[in-house]
Amino acid sequence: MTAETIVLPGAPPTGLGLPRWAQLMIVPVVLIAAWEALAQLGWINLIFFPAPSQIAISACKMIASGELLRHFADSLRRIAIANTVAIGIGVPLGFFMGLYRPFENLMDGIVNLVRPIPPLAWIPLAILWFGVGEKAVVFITSISAFFAILLNTIAGVRAVEKSLVRAALSLGATESVLIRKVILPATLPHLFTGFRIALGVSWMSIVAAELIAASSGLGFMISYYREVIRTDLILVGMLSIGVVGFLMDRGLIWLEGKLLPWRVRLEL
Amino acid sequence: MAVKLEIAGVSKHYPGHDGISVHALDGVSFGIEDGEFVSLLGPSGCGKSTLLHILAGFEAATAGRVVLDGRPISGPGADRGMVFQDYALFPWKTLIENVTFGLELRGMTRDERERIARDYIALVGLTGFENRFPHQLSGGMRQRCALARSVANSPEVLLMDEPLAAIDALTRNQLQEEILKVCAARDGVPRKTVVYVTHSIDEAVFLSDRIVVMTPRPGRILQVLEVPFGYPRTDATRLDSRFSPLVAEIWQTLKVHMVQAIDSGRN
Repeated sequence: MTAETIVLPGAPPTGLGLPRWAQLMIVPVVLIAAWEALAQLGWINLIFFPAPSQIAISACKMIASGELLRHFADSLRRIAIANTVAIGIGVPLGFFMGLYRPFENLMDGIVNLVRPIPPLAWIPLAILWFGVGEKAVVFITSISAFFAILLNTIAGVRAVEKSLVRAALSLGATESVLIRKVILPATLPHLFTGFRIALGVSWMSIVAAELIAASSGLGFMISYYREVIRTDLILVGMLSIGVVGFLMDRGLIWLEGKLLPWRVRLEL
Repeated sequence: MAVKLEIAGVSKHYPGHDGISVHALDGVSFGIEDGEFVSLLGPSGCGKSTLLHILAGFEAATAGRVVLDGRPISGPGADRGMVFQDYALFPWKTLIENVTFGLELRGMTRDERERIARDYIALVGLTGFENRFPHQLSGGMRQRCALARSVANSPEVLLMDEPLAAIDALTRNQLQEEILKVCAARDGVPRKTVVYVTHSIDEAVFLSDRIVVMTPRPGRILQVLEVPFGYPRTDATRLDSRFSPLVAEIWQTLKVHMVQAIDSGRN
């Protein structure tokens, strides 16, 4: 099923006769070609703007030596741990806050007081508490993921249609059945949205955390190569994050389609 | 026949924003007999849905009591099946999973509940669609599914809250007959007791044994009418010489009170 797109009168026909993936490639290819040309002609400073071909060669070397993979694996492991912790605390807490108004009244104040504090503002404390390394980075990353998951869980529980709850009660559901068999499945689409947002903000905060509080990971790698002015390797690190972040988001969308087939029509 | 459901002096006030409470129901009393089809008919704001929600146990009456089979109603339960205007099907469950939901809660085995579910799915004409999700069904098919889900759970009373209000007019006529078919007695299962909320006079006349006509501000019973037709009802019922005059009579009665309600609202 496809969504209707609004077409303005007088707008050029869409498509250019190319498949969608090819259309998506046009602008990046033109930009990279122009950049390469400027570099080859010597019109730009190669120390600050290394040629795309140079970046590609450096990327291959880093992959071959295993260095890129090692940093990537460290970051990925931290993201996995941080998101597991964030889900483990955020989902149950979000359910309780969404379901029980008195509990929400109790918790809402502290949540909204802590939430505006950027995860990065926790870095100094995290270093003092946990030292430079794994724990500090995981701590900072889990804070950013936690709030995305908590808020989406609460919103999901709130958004459950009243008539679904009433229908279940009229079919004989007890409170425990209602929560497990109606509210939980009805909340899953919101939970997935929460996971996707959490994963996105995880990458943002983990890089920042690794810049300061780690000796490995993609963030550390970028920071390290700044000190030795290897802009090509900085860009390799940045692009890796872009590619991995994109792939993980697509993966979650794919997983959602697999696990929640009933949701397909609502999403597209 | 024995009184199945007794509504005695039921009133409902909602606290208003400006301190003036809204009087949704004012001293409503009537009884519904076992196997009877009773419609609550009236314009918006006459409290018919509020009364149905009180019967379902979703809301509590401010005064008065509601008694089912001698037991006062204090909350929602499987003894009162509910059919909603917006179907309220579980979107993550297939048609058959929706229908078996209540049966599973009663501890039936898979075989048993699927046998019962298939029986009711066939009764509402949805055989072959068992594994579809609600979003893959039309509005009429969704409401058939919701009807099957409620009836399969064999409630003592079936409560229906404007179930056909969102259905197109042609399908609505067809579904009215289906509702009667599903609620009729059949091999060993007695006829269902039904409380049906509607704002369509035609629908109330076509479906009901009795019509409770209600007026707004505050919600009160204006009159209770016996419908002179037997069951089963068919297209011939709609063409009966007594059908249109009865509809016209109810409309004239309601119209007077609706005009009064507007006038009292002005003053």
